[in-house]
Amino acid sequence: MAAEDFLDWLRREGRIVIVGASLAGLRAAETLRAEGFAGSLTMIGDEPYEPYDRPPLSKAVLLGKASPHHTELPRRREIDAKWRLGVAATGLDMGAKRVRLADGDEVEYDRLLIATGVRARPWPKEAEAQLDGVFVLRTRDDAVGLHRRLKASPRRVFVIGAGFTGSEIASACREHGIEVTVAERAGAPLVGALGGVVGAVAAELHRDNGVDLRTGVMVTALEGDTVGRVRAAHLSDGSVIETDLVVVSLGATRNTDWLAGSGLGAGPRGIACDAGCRAFDFRGIVTDDIFVAGDVARSPHPLFGYQFLSLEHWGNAITQAEIAAHNMISASAERRPHMWVPAFWSSQFGVNIKSVGVPSMGDQIMITQGSLAERRFIGVYGYQGRVIAAVSFDNTRWLEFYQRLIETAAPFPVEFPTVDRRPEGRQPIPSDFPDPSLPTHGPTVTLSGYSPSDRHLVFTPARH
Amino acid sequence: MTHASLLRRITDYANRANPYPLYTELRKTPVLHEEDGGPYLVSSYWDIENLLHDPRISSDAANLAAAGADEAGGIEQTGLPPSFIRLDPPEHDRLRRIANRSFGPPHSPRRIDSMRGELAEIVSGLIDGLADAQQIDLVDQFAYPFPVTVICRLLGVPREDEPRFRAWVDPLVASLDPDTSGNDTERKRAAQEARMQLGMYLAGLVEQRQKEPRDDMLSELVTSHGPDGPMTMMEVLSTAVLLLIAGHETTVNLITNGMLTLLRHPEILQRLREDPGLAVNIVEELLRYEPPVQLVPQRTCIADIEVRGVTIPKGSRIWLVLAAGNRDPERFQDPDRFDPDRSDIQHLGFGSGIHSCFGAPLARLETQIALTELARRLDNPRLVEDPPPYRQNAVLRGPRHLNIGMDGVRP
Repeated sequence: MAAEDFLDWLRREGRIVIVGASLAGLRAAETLRAEGFAGSLTMIGDEPYEPYDRPPLSKAVLLGKASPHHTELPRRREIDAKWRLGVAATGLDMGAKRVRLADGDEVEYDRLLIATGVRARPWPKEAEAQLDGVFVLRTRDDAVGLHRRLKASPRRVFVIGAGFTGSEIASACREHGIEVTVAERAGAPLVGALGGVVGAVAAELHRDNGVDLRTGVMVTALEGDTVGRVRAAHLSDGSVIETDLVVVSLGATRNTDWLAGSGLGAGPRGIACDAGCRAFDFRGIVTDDIFVAGDVARSPHPLFGYQFLSLEHWGNAITQAEIAAHNMISASAERRPHMWVPAFWSSQFGVNIKSVGVPSMGDQIMITQGSLAERRFIGVYGYQGRVIAAVSFDNTRWLEFYQRLIETAAPFPVEFPTVDRRPEGRQPIPSDFPDPSLPTHGPTVTLSGYSPSDRHLVFTPARH
Repeated sequence: MTHASLLRRITDYANRANPYPLYTELRKTPVLHEEDGGPYLVSSYWDIENLLHDPRISSDAANLAAAGADEAGGIEQTGLPPSFIRLDPPEHDRLRRIANRSFGPPHSPRRIDSMRGELAEIVSGLIDGLADAQQIDLVDQFAYPFPVTVICRLLGVPREDEPRFRAWVDPLVASLDPDTSGNDTERKRAAQEARMQLGMYLAGLVEQRQKEPRDDMLSELVTSHGPDGPMTMMEVLSTAVLLLIAGHETTVNLITNGMLTLLRHPEILQRLREDPGLAVNIVEELLRYEPPVQLVPQRTCIADIEVRGVTIPKGSRIWLVLAAGNRDPERFQDPDRFDPDRSDIQHLGFGSGIHSCFGAPLARLETQIALTELARRLDNPRLVEDPPPYRQNAVLRGPRHLNIGMDGVRP
């Protein structure tokens, strides 16, 4: 069959399988239908629920302001899919184009989209992780369980890890008036994502809101009582925290185990794909029938030195799913690159935090608006003379401007005046990441255009 | 023969009824600067959207004065400080936050939605009052009294005082109309006088509320105990002046433009009659198609800014022509078509960024209810004259009268 005939046939009566029935999977399915895919569509998900929204789980749901049973994702359109929910995919046969399921079934595809996302990293000591009262927070079931225990007035909650999820959980606890201790290996909360300068503000936020924040410590053991309920946590500084609820917030693991041995380029850091969301096989050759989207994908971003970025961002999942779906049923000349600028938000202790770009690449930071002391500011991250990221605390409405600066490789330090620029923001200071990742020095690529169909890259050779 | 500049044609009353062809012409020069010392006009959707989020753009009245528009003097004379719409952060943020505590989420999440019943009641009353008229002026008999009643109740201003503050509001609103002729000293003086009078009137009410707080925004503004502390008396007064004016002047136009547009598109009016749920999309599309605030003339740039290859020098005034951006074919398919079925109705009707319309949730709800009820109850409504006579104002654009013929009012 000629290529264009195949494409016609695919759009008319092909079989598309989407593994992963969460945000990215759902938005991809909707996009396929919106773009005229009329063939059969199968949605495979290991959870028994239809796609639901996760951000509220660590915020409104824990606060009791939203029910964990009612965070379904709004549907943009009818997708007319065969749903295989509550059944995990267990294997992939790339040659025969089949996905194996936990119940022994196999599903054939002409095009496959993998959107299996990530799962919470559990407490590494299995026996301790099994103790009653030890939780992770990723799924709706996790949220239901945790919320129930929070309502039962625990004496103290112990949170391991002060990243975004850990901080949000601590915030929810304090809002409930529950005593909470947070243990963080780094010198402050959010340090890995935003660096020490901003981390110091986050630390103040914790402490001012009554969190018992312990930084620079590791948790050495969780201790249970005689009937298997957690009762205390032991820290590397020798201290012991009595608690009856532990939330492990140590980040996420990518759901790629089921692809082991499949020949796909899938590993612990995700599934590598090209900018068009086509997965690589383990030899580094791009496939043309397997696509990847969402948290599980790792794709090279031209704007950030072609680093393979895997982003656990809500907005990224949507955009990448839309691009993947479009490309799955489009001729090569019609395909679009996924060039979304990383962005995420968090809400904790009454503060809205939002970031664009890749802050962890930035070795310097300037507070261009507002002030750290007021906890209302914009911090701009610089890397090798260009703006690479920005973060806002209660200042979201300006962030779009900084995104344009990132997209156009605007010079750093930021010299021009801005409204609400304070003396403290006139000079860049080290952003203070504990372990700065240093991407390779190279030529500059910038983005232009607004809609997906007219986004272009502009390449500027390195200046010497 | 010399052609009047585009800027002058846009502000010229002769083009008020249909400025859109001029906006089309304007978009051909994305950054238009016609006279030395004059403003830079920006008219494409994406450029406006970008500039509304650009921290190199100031809304501060003092910067505007320095840029050549003489307003600072007026501020001193009235003694009232600028309202938050004319301030930059951090002062803007502080005042807007305090005002918002009594208006919207997170502290008063249900304030607007809880007014739904009350709004419907006011609308019903006004339509009942049209009785068996064969012809009405929608502006005087409905589109004006409705939002005025609402904002008075919300703030806690006695409705019966409306004729008094009407006399002050008119010159204030007129002063928002950019005068390109250059000799508007008299108009400015009248506006200052009106602002002072209105401020003094409100000061009386505020004093009462300090003694006896009620369930209204004025009371909450004077008794606010948030982390930002209270507003000063003067700040309360300028905020109240702002909310009182912005709280109805724009909604009158949105409702009137809405009914005018629906009468020009009878098939959509019919659909709204049958499906009140369509009101949400209709109002959003109206905000795009006939925005009540056509342009924002009060911004200056505090640094050199490059827009589409043109450098706008530091200290220049910038006009963001929202209504032109809303019909930018680069952004919207078939932009001159009124189409509430658009899948992507975004617009600059409420602005964007930190100054995006404070009252948007209220304006939306008021207009949705108003148009739905008008569609349902007016029997065979039709335009008596098209176009209707317009108000003078080029910024807050809308018909001065909208005469509608009809066969009666349905129950």
